[in-house]
Amino acid sequence: MFELLKARLKQGVRTTPYPQGEPAFPERYRGLPVVDPAPGAPPVDLGTCLFSPEEAGEGPNGTVRFTTEHRMASSTRQGLLSATGQVELASSLDREMQRLFGRSLRLRSVVAGSCGGCEAELNALGNVVFDLARFGVQFVASPRHADGLVITGAVNRNMRDALRRTYEATPNPKIVIAVGACAIAGGPFAGSGEIVGAPDIPVDLYVPGCPPHPLTVLDGLLRLLGRLPADRVPARL
Amino acid sequence: MSALRDMGLRNRRAVPFSSVPTEPVDEFRQTVIGAVRDGWRLVAMFGMPDGSEATRVVAVLADDANGTLGATSMRVGERYPALTPDCPQAHAFEREIAEQCGVRPEGHPWLKPLRRHLPDHRPPARGNVVLDPGGYEFFRIEGAEVHEVAVGPVHAGIIEPGHFRFQAHGEDVLYLEIMLGYQHRGVERLLETSSAERAILVAESIAGDTVIGHVGAACGAVEALARCRKTPRAQAIRGIALELERLANHVGDLGAIAGDVAYQPAAAFFGALRGDCLNLLMTLTGNRFGRGLIRPGGVLWDIPTAMADDLRARLERVGEELELAAAAMFGSASVQARLEGVGAVTRPQCLELGFVGPVARACEVARDVRHDHPYGIFRFAHIPVTTAWAGDVHARALVRWHEVRRSLEFVIEQLSALPRGEVHTACGALRPDEIVVALQEGWRGELVHVVITDDRGAVRRHKVVDASFHNWTALALAMPGNQISDFPLCNKSFNLSYAGHDL
Repeated sequence: MFELLKARLKQGVRTTPYPQGEPAFPERYRGLPVVDPAPGAPPVDLGTCLFSPEEAGEGPNGTVRFTTEHRMASSTRQGLLSATGQVELASSLDREMQRLFGRSLRLRSVVAGSCGGCEAELNALGNVVFDLARFGVQFVASPRHADGLVITGAVNRNMRDALRRTYEATPNPKIVIAVGACAIAGGPFAGSGEIVGAPDIPVDLYVPGCPPHPLTVLDGLLRLLGRLPADRVPARL
Repeated sequence: MSALRDMGLRNRRAVPFSSVPTEPVDEFRQTVIGAVRDGWRLVAMFGMPDGSEATRVVAVLADDANGTLGATSMRVGERYPALTPDCPQAHAFEREIAEQCGVRPEGHPWLKPLRRHLPDHRPPARGNVVLDPGGYEFFRIEGAEVHEVAVGPVHAGIIEPGHFRFQAHGEDVLYLEIMLGYQHRGVERLLETSSAERAILVAESIAGDTVIGHVGAACGAVEALARCRKTPRAQAIRGIALELERLANHVGDLGAIAGDVAYQPAAAFFGALRGDCLNLLMTLTGNRFGRGLIRPGGVLWDIPTAMADDLRARLERVGEELELAAAAMFGSASVQARLEGVGAVTRPQCLELGFVGPVARACEVARDVRHDHPYGIFRFAHIPVTTAWAGDVHARALVRWHEVRRSLEFVIEQLSALPRGEVHTACGALRPDEIVVALQEGWRGELVHVVITDDRGAVRRHKVVDASFHNWTALALAMPGNQISDFPLCNKSFNLSYAGHDL
């Protein structure tokens, strides 16, 4: 018992003050890439970015540099394309959806051909540090209890049907969140014959990363729910 | 066995592929079955096309006591007599060969699809499909009061997909069958067909919680084939990263086990402390799972003195807090009562089926690649092997906890005495027609990467064996006799990788 109290005291409060204040990331953290575009270069697609050190430097898009900016989730696939790296951050759901889900959102996780990395970060969102539950967001055990799906993985042959059926089992209205490079564009597995891609379902939030930092997911979620002031856009990088 | 021993194959030492004998089927069987009977262990067995009609089946064996590896092979057509009846360690490998190569191991007692995909390593002129991906039949127990419980692939939490089929009598589990393959992404084909740069990113994504483990083994194989010598500093940094990965995952598992027996304080503490360990990896590599650190030739990120001091100070604090959390958890009688005697794996089962990692060490099988087949920094800095004897959930938790302590000590020691020098050297072209076996002790256990090059020095076959490949069978064996409600706890104590198994 005394051990327990001692351990508890030593731990103190571990929950991040996020969204208050600016979270600190180490210098080497590879967050949002910014680009010094070469003339005529194609835009950077954050959806296919694997955030590997090799993607920095001179490339087909111009000169790329990773910043420590963690905010990069977007409401549209198009919003992840950018010539300079200033991606279009997620906008909030419409008023009716905000009324329904803004203060209480129940999500179902479907893993469909991933490496397990994104799931590890989604699980971390539930720990005492990120404490997703304080925003009224919770992962639930059945699609019947859910307001939306979180999809991770590139969607392979063996999971495609299970994903579609889970989507159909979720009552309307519902939202869909694609987390990680695999769910958005196949990630490192793009091009494999085993990957068939997601069935045709509308996506409300794209969270890039390989895997995304828990705060990247959290930031996207809060923006989608209209819980962050609209004027919070990335500072000049 | 002397032929196996004398071929000069060691962990991360490449030899000409021609030194692997091609034996007639009967002799191949005798070699492998005899070696396993003499205490060798089957670390990999796989097939690859040999000409347009035949499949070459290669077996890699390890003599852990002497730190030696050996390999042999046979050429087969559509079928061959299975090894499994005489050598149970081969059971999953032979299912895999049947599935990947379209070769039937005749007499295999459990010939079912392993990952449920069409053959992807079949000789071009053959169209055989031995295992229909859609034709999986579960073992059933009949009886008036026997019922079946099916779980998955979509699970109740944020968990990778897999399917569990219980045959139960009331709450008592009579039998558990595990059907996997839902995470199959065609990793081996990608490793064999992608550019070298892309293949490294695939290797980092074999199992997202074992990034360092797998990419370290993949690079070890590539470097051996290129005769690339890493600097001592690069080796030390790789060792630090590998042990940080072990630390983070073991700490997370202790928290998950505490959570499953509803001991919330330890679940919360360990959960937060796991994050602290991941953040150490992020400081070092820019990614919480260590992506972007290890590349052929060394590492991309150095540890400057100031960072070493910072990491060490943070680790020492983590260590103190871990001690408090572990004292609370392991000192609690109710936790202990809930962990003991649940989900036991026995030493004979482990030896017969070739389990690895903490699962093996928890039933008194002292298997650890860092000790048995040392490589890199582990040739100079030894980490004692932790064992326990009961083989149950408590033993697996205890082994993890002791490994946490030892990894912590190791990393702190290495950070205090990093060798001087560069962290990266150029890694040239791969030698043609060679085979290399790279073993690595990932946090779940042995990781195996076997790479065989063709006559131009391109990758002809890249075989990956994750620790989970062996250990899923251990979970299935641990369940009968326990209650269904014990399954989550049992499962957590193994914490196996679906992605690592499914590839």
